[in-house]
Amino acid sequence: MDFGFGIAPSSAINLDRTDLEKFEKVHDMEPDIYKCMACGSCSATCPAGRFTGMSLRKVILDLQRGKEAEAISMLKGCMLCGKCSMVCPRGINTRHLILSICRTYKEE
Amino acid sequence: MKENIIIIGGGIAGLEAAGQLIRLGYNPIIIEKEDHLGGHVADWNCLFPDMSSAEELVSKLIKNAAEANIFTNTEILFINRLKDNYNVMLSNGISIIARVVLFATGFKLFEAAKKEEYGYGIYDKVITNRDLEHWFNTGDDSRIDTDEMEAIGFVHCVGSRDEKAKNPQCSKVCCITAVKQAIEMKQKFPQARIYCFYMDLRMFGKKYEDFYISAQRDYGIRFIRGRVSEVSENIDGKVIVKAEDTLAGKPVKVTLDLLVLMSGMVCNPDSTKVAGMVALPADTDGFLKSRDNIADITSSPKDGIFYAGACTGPKTIPETLAEARTAALNIHTYLQ
Repeated sequence: MDFGFGIAPSSAINLDRTDLEKFEKVHDMEPDIYKCMACGSCSATCPAGRFTGMSLRKVILDLQRGKEAEAISMLKGCMLCGKCSMVCPRGINTRHLILSICRTYKEE
Repeated sequence: MKENIIIIGGGIAGLEAAGQLIRLGYNPIIIEKEDHLGGHVADWNCLFPDMSSAEELVSKLIKNAAEANIFTNTEILFINRLKDNYNVMLSNGISIIARVVLFATGFKLFEAAKKEEYGYGIYDKVITNRDLEHWFNTGDDSRIDTDEMEAIGFVHCVGSRDEKAKNPQCSKVCCITAVKQAIEMKQKFPQARIYCFYMDLRMFGKKYEDFYISAQRDYGIRFIRGRVSEVSENIDGKVIVKAEDTLAGKPVKVTLDLLVLMSGMVCNPDSTKVAGMVALPADTDGFLKSRDNIADITSSPKDGIFYAGACTGPKTIPETLAEARTAALNIHTYLQ
């Protein structure tokens, strides 16, 4: 019987149970993904972020913390304009990275 | 006859200053309370950013200071101000009169057990940065189980930037030391996941940022922004670390086989004690107060008393050596 309420799942990150297999696949294609230092330049310059909640910084972090669903739903807001790759201080090819993430995590 | 100069402390600052003063034609006398020279650096293994040997650096400095009079295992009982001289009485019964006293009394490593929530001295798998360097040097530490090393954590700012621990200052070198030690552990245990828990990463020095990028890109060290809030032990004797991942805005939990606490630099109570004998003031951070923190950091407010190295605040090795040379030159011009 569903009473319409329940215990919300914990939002805590448990790194012991985080499966990074797919993330490591992305890393093989895009070694620079490790270089992200979460400065937020990409998110600040993203023209879609304001309307869709897209934030590449958060996508990279969520993938590393095993929050795949959140990351993938954010990526749907990306227009692939590539502005983020112009501002990344670590020189990450962010547009290419986004495509590689989509390719690896695409829904079967 | 060569003029005596008293150097309190036989760490790298005292040794470098002695080496320079010998070349300038003086007779430095080093007073060291421990049984060996080289201070904290003598306990270290490799030095950032080029992974050079700490032992080689210390032996080079000792060689350059070989002509100095060196008293190890010796403490200072009292210092008297005479008319233009200082009379220093040592614990071995010798008293020395000199126009100049150089304080190279250094720092003390923060006692990690004071941060009880991190469990140093309580849990078996929690060690400090110094313990890890000792293990690099000797391979001898029962807490480090080389067969079981799947996950290792580093906690930055232990006893630094911590008002509750009475040390609001940043210890400067722990960020880069953590990155260095994380890389060294990854080299030894390539299969291990390595986490650094930090508040900010302060990569100010030459090649530090390169080191940090390399840790991320080449070694896959995982940096988590958030101060560790508590550490506990599970039934297998591993440690469970809880923190807030402030970038994700979520609490994070991880089980580790080894947790390394980056103990910071705090002012050395022995330094404060000796400084008190000649009424030298302490700065607001507890370290010795210079005549001017920008233009004249190696001079004390008293004539004839000079400072070099971490007795005036946390310093890197190149900064300490540069200050030791500055102090030697300042002493030379003072005596002319």
